[in-house]
Amino acid sequence: MTDPVSINPAEKRVVVAMSGGVDSSVAAAILVEQGYDVVGMMMRLWSEPGSGASAAANRCCTPDQMADARRVADRLGIPFYVLDVQDHFRQTIVQFFIDEHLAGHTPNPCIECNRQIRFTHLMNHALGLDADYLATGHYARIRHTPAGYQLLRAPDEAKDQSYVLHVLTQTHLARTLFPIGEYTKAEVRDLARRFGLPVASKQESQDLCFLGDGDYRRFLRQYEERVRRPGPIIDIDGRELGQHEGLSFYTIGQRKGLGISSAEPLFVVRKDAARNALIVGPRAALGQTELMAERVNWIGGVPDGPVAAAVKIRYKAQPISATVEPIAPAAARIRFDEPVAGATAGQGAVFYDGEICLGGGIITAQPSEQYASGPIALPVLQGEYS
Amino acid sequence: MLKGSRTNTIYLDHGATTPLDSAVAAAMQPYWSDLYGNPSSLHTTGRVAARAVEDARETYAEWLGARPREIVFTGCGSESNNMALRGVMWAAMSSGIRGHLITSAVEHNAVGATALQLRDVFGFEVTILPVDGEGLISVDDVAAAIRPDTVLISVMAAQNEIGTIQPWREIGELARSCGVVFHTDAVQLVAGRRWDLANEPVDLLTIAPHKFYGPKGVGVLYVREGVEMLSTLTGGGQEDGRRAGTLNVPLIVGAAAAFRLAQETREERLAHFLPLRERLITGVLESLPDVAILTGHRTQRLSHHASFAFRGLSGNDLLMHLDLAGIAASSGSACSSGNPKPSAVLQALGLGPEWTKSGLRLTIGLQNTAEQIDRTVEALARAVQKLEAMGQAIPA
Repeated sequence: MTDPVSINPAEKRVVVAMSGGVDSSVAAAILVEQGYDVVGMMMRLWSEPGSGASAAANRCCTPDQMADARRVADRLGIPFYVLDVQDHFRQTIVQFFIDEHLAGHTPNPCIECNRQIRFTHLMNHALGLDADYLATGHYARIRHTPAGYQLLRAPDEAKDQSYVLHVLTQTHLARTLFPIGEYTKAEVRDLARRFGLPVASKQESQDLCFLGDGDYRRFLRQYEERVRRPGPIIDIDGRELGQHEGLSFYTIGQRKGLGISSAEPLFVVRKDAARNALIVGPRAALGQTELMAERVNWIGGVPDGPVAAAVKIRYKAQPISATVEPIAPAAARIRFDEPVAGATAGQGAVFYDGEICLGGGIITAQPSEQYASGPIALPVLQGEYS
Repeated sequence: MLKGSRTNTIYLDHGATTPLDSAVAAAMQPYWSDLYGNPSSLHTTGRVAARAVEDARETYAEWLGARPREIVFTGCGSESNNMALRGVMWAAMSSGIRGHLITSAVEHNAVGATALQLRDVFGFEVTILPVDGEGLISVDDVAAAIRPDTVLISVMAAQNEIGTIQPWREIGELARSCGVVFHTDAVQLVAGRRWDLANEPVDLLTIAPHKFYGPKGVGVLYVREGVEMLSTLTGGGQEDGRRAGTLNVPLIVGAAAAFRLAQETREERLAHFLPLRERLITGVLESLPDVAILTGHRTQRLSHHASFAFRGLSGNDLLMHLDLAGIAASSGSACSSGNPKPSAVLQALGLGPEWTKSGLRLTIGLQNTAEQIDRTVEALARAVQKLEAMGQAIPA
């Protein structure tokens, strides 16, 4: 926890973001046990109008999950409120998802949701309710040092969510609690049982929260006609080998389903949005030694020069040794010690120094001279906070 | 077990429900386990219970100026409303010809939703009359809407969300002169007025005791003798065949005790409510002149009722802030699942979209004090200030 010694929990109000799931439920229970003045809150996000029981289990913020969260709140004796964020979420995160795909990128909307929705909109609401902290059920840790706040990976590597939390700044971290970050998933489930929470044996929610069935291709086809834009499949030597259905439907590193025949296996190497072309090549062409990232956030402040870091280029990727060079105002050049495969524009590139998450940015498709300029569009927290 | 601890120290939602008066609770007590008989039974145990029910019925008859057989006990105010509308409209059907119902755009859902179902599912003709900017229905509009096939007019005596007292008396007289049945949902008004239904132009009247310190789970419907009403809850013939179901004796006893108490202390209660209502209205309008408006009629309104709208704000957000400040209130667009809709009543007043999700209702009770009113005004002003500051940061 943040600075545990000087805090008297009873004088501190914490808004807990509750989803009805076991992680946020246990987070809330821990805070209540610690004596905080806890307020449960859930955001009603937009999700596809859908049907079918299996679809419902995967979608966030359904009426059922709301009922679960409310039951947990009632059991804990804490207030519980639901914030209507449907339109805002639809216009920012869902639209962002669609726009990124149209641009030939593969976005991680959870990063954007943390940036704009959870740690801006919700945090502003929490602060407006005189909360000192916003707590979530994320698997990550915050350490308070004399030099400032650090974001640390969770001990449970499989569950560690620091990757999507790289957007947090000192201002955010000073007002954030991750009550379950120290625990493994198994320990959290155990705690849920010990606390007698009704969600102890709930299924994990998977995939993107706003998708009815986890099928993003179907979603894109349904919600954005323009993703169906056939174009050429071109190999790295410039030869046209066939047609693709629309860049959104392919991922970097994909081999199957390209509809082209070739002597050696061909993989998707790049998406050229400008030419609407899918670039394919042999396995060797997948490797990149250098990446650019934009919208870069350095949690401990921008370093003076290049730093050594282990970089994750996907949520589930292993961190890979690299040197990260900050480039003003909010970009970075990442040079890997060894070529990496599967780097995809739109995904997060997150930098680690051991267990410390140094920060990260979004992998850009632009050539190194044309990285996105301008500071991160991180909306400002309200009030007197710097 | 883990327990956070939080209560509302200032309860200002008496329009939603009220605490059970202790004398009323005491009156109910014998009928749970001592005098527990089923009033329909032939034996002594049953007759004792039946006597209590009849006493309760006579209490209502006395204080309403009606006859005992005109008093029907139901399960709640909503049920009484359902019975009145369905029962009268169905009874008036002959040879399958469905009659015409006139109601207003600001009725409680128990009337509104029932009217819509009568229209959309059962094929009745329904006219829903608009109201003016203060929520008042026009008697002339009612007159103009009456047709040869009009069977029933249902207009509430006082509006729950905005407090406006309707010209129910004039409408009743109009209905009578046209041979049309008149029902009024008097749930919010009944305890605040001296009634003499024998001499007043009302044919059916809905009462909900839990609004005046009586128990929940029981309602009353006054049905003037001679009004044809088909039973909507059929079965064992209780309540003269008008509403089946074993009578809930303790609740009925409590309902009557609460009504008697309300009528006997009516003047004192009004003298308690009115100054507090004025203090609240003045306090809010003076501290938030640019953003708050009073909704409903300024003077022709329930004595314990204050309701406001706040430009550009969300009623749900206000309720959240107030709740955390220990204050209980309500909103016409409250939604516990984060999907608030604009208030139909505020829309009916002609208010634009920047107002219609912002309704806030504060209803005063016997335990409220001037100091509590002042603290509420402060808390509300503070909440508005916080929400306005936040509203500027979030993209539209």
